[in-house]
Amino acid sequence: MGYEILVKEALIPGQTTLMVIDAPQVAKKALPGNFVMLRTSENGERIPLTIADCDKDNGTITIVYLVVGKTTAELNTFEQGDQILDVCGPLGNPTHIEKSGTVVCVGGGTGIAAMHHIAKGHAAVGNRVIAIIGARSKDLLLFCSELSSLCPEVRIATDDGSAGHKGFVTEVLQDILETEDEVAEVVAVGPVPMMEAVCRVTKPFGTKTTVSLNSIMVDGIGMCGACRCTVGGETRFACVDGPEFDGQAVDFGELKARLWQFKEQEGESMKQFSRECHCHGGK
Amino acid sequence: MAENKKKKVRARTPMPHQDPLERGKNFKEVALGYSREQALVEAERCLQCKKPLCQEGCPVNIDIKGFIAHLVDDELDEAYKVIRSTNSLPAVCGRVCPQETQCEGKCILGKKYEPVAIGRLERYVADTYAATSACEAVADVPTCASEQEGVKVACIGAGPSSLTVAGYLATRGISVDVYEALHEPGGVLVYGIPEFRLPKSVVSRELDGLRALGVTFRTNWVGGKTVTIQDLFDDGYQAVFVGVGAGLPRFLNVPGENLVGVFSANEYLTRVNLGHAYEFPNYDTPAYSARQVVVLGAGNVAMDAARTALRMGANEVSIVYRRSEEEMPARREEIQHAVEEGVRLRCLCGPVSFHGDNQGRLKGMTVQKMALGEPDDSGRCSPICIEGATEQVPCDMAIIAVGTRPNPILLDATPDLALNQWGYIQADAETGETSIPNVFAGGDIVTGAATVISAMGAGRRAATEIARRLL
Repeated sequence: MGYEILVKEALIPGQTTLMVIDAPQVAKKALPGNFVMLRTSENGERIPLTIADCDKDNGTITIVYLVVGKTTAELNTFEQGDQILDVCGPLGNPTHIEKSGTVVCVGGGTGIAAMHHIAKGHAAVGNRVIAIIGARSKDLLLFCSELSSLCPEVRIATDDGSAGHKGFVTEVLQDILETEDEVAEVVAVGPVPMMEAVCRVTKPFGTKTTVSLNSIMVDGIGMCGACRCTVGGETRFACVDGPEFDGQAVDFGELKARLWQFKEQEGESMKQFSRECHCHGGK
Repeated sequence: MAENKKKKVRARTPMPHQDPLERGKNFKEVALGYSREQALVEAERCLQCKKPLCQEGCPVNIDIKGFIAHLVDDELDEAYKVIRSTNSLPAVCGRVCPQETQCEGKCILGKKYEPVAIGRLERYVADTYAATSACEAVADVPTCASEQEGVKVACIGAGPSSLTVAGYLATRGISVDVYEALHEPGGVLVYGIPEFRLPKSVVSRELDGLRALGVTFRTNWVGGKTVTIQDLFDDGYQAVFVGVGAGLPRFLNVPGENLVGVFSANEYLTRVNLGHAYEFPNYDTPAYSARQVVVLGAGNVAMDAARTALRMGANEVSIVYRRSEEEMPARREEIQHAVEEGVRLRCLCGPVSFHGDNQGRLKGMTVQKMALGEPDDSGRCSPICIEGATEQVPCDMAIIAVGTRPNPILLDATPDLALNQWGYIQADAETGETSIPNVFAGGDIVTGAATVISAMGAGRRAATEIARRLL
């Protein structure tokens, strides 16, 4: 018994993958901003992954992941028709979405996938969504066409200038904030340094800035406190109080230190996985 | 004559244990269990009192005198049936119940001698009984009670209280589905209590017994998220039992608490127990091994965390506690086991702050020296700060085991559910019914963090009421 993978698509071969998973009970309740805890095998680790999309009629959810460690590497060996052992959710508070006018959604790297679900929610209530997506180069951009169908404006930033603005998403954001009359909210999902930089840009404008924190989690249901972060000087749990918080109040330095705490062990896991994969002829 | 009788009372049969020096390095069970001979000798110590006080002391009211009488006659199956008719998890209870304050605490032999080792006998019976037919053992029929057409009950959370509800109702033909948020049923029995105190194989045997009775476990279902109480009634369940545990860990609110290397006991124990971090890298969930570990708090969870850290390879583990050893809330036996294994008790010290290096990793803490003052509301001597007396304690891991708060997930999703002043679910003391009709609750989510057996007692009371209403 498990959760069947209905679609597997390599968005960026060897790096970023999209999966559509059969999980009707999760799909029924999933909202933008929610995440799932997933476990690939009996000996596996529970990891959180944001729900990038859901289809309530067909009972499916979509996840998009970057291969960074053992669990995502193992997940990437699964094919269409295979079963994921555990998919638990939807977890976390959904994004607060109300009709508020213009919302700028900033997504970086794999975070674009989660941002897409949030942008979709804002568009659905009639907000004018401006999307800014960034990556190292053109080939690493995700969800361009999906976002184009939702948003009147999709702005792109690439490090190498192969598409859109050559530089960072924050520069594009700065430009928008300077030219747009009223931006009700900026939502940023992506690597911690990106979210931190977005908050630096919005601060002088006083624009409400929401970030989605990708802390380390063990259970994802408020039981362990692994995901704790300091927001506005108080300890909060990303899994039950978040994952979205007011970006101006987040202690990003602490978040970074906590995210790296198992680096050594993660490396060891990955090394062992590569070895095993190699001796069995790889997959 | 009376003199003669006294002389005949044999000493309590000691429990064989794994050698402390050996066991500190492995996760195998510490207490090894009685042999048949030891069990029979111990069972014979029971006086078979006319009015057995031990049974009164047991939250689930096990017919202790009855099961011991069968054991004396070497009727193991019968003894097991007697226990199982009121207790769904005897192998667990025989291991983790605080018998010294319950059944054994009331044993009449204990007034002059040592009480009968009821917990050890319960464990012996449960372990030895070959659980080939759970139905036969519990319901005294070769197959389970005939199914009650269309009567079904849902439990949220698969810990001790829900398992008790499920076991009791299933033997009465009621269909029970248990919804569990984690990937394994068992609650605190699988994520909290370490392997060396309660082997997972013991828990899984008890769960298999419930499955054999027809209980269904639906894992990865989060009460309040994947499924709400209203959803369950809409799905045709006639009653819902909420046994979601106490949940959210408490922290100390001292500076430096979010440094890398500071864990809640829940996180540390969940990584090691549920995630099998002690078998890393064969299992993927990691946990650090640290050189110097401090554990804040002195309850059973703190002892579990300290002994786990030792087994994970720490050179030095100490319990930091603001009162004296005398006031420690953990079971005496657990404190003793920890000390034997090398855990140091650093009493009369309170946490002031944690300090880190420039990478945000813990490297030490400051503690405030305390003295004991007058007894407070809890009846224990209150700790008083000794002005200006602080001490630096080097440590590269700190585990905070100072209790829990109610988990908000189910409560937020169920605004109609009345809570008490501490934020736990308000439930009728007799029946466990909440402010929502036919929704019952029990265990830590009602009482705050307590014991496995008290959660089971609440489960049993609720199950009795549910059965009375539905059958």
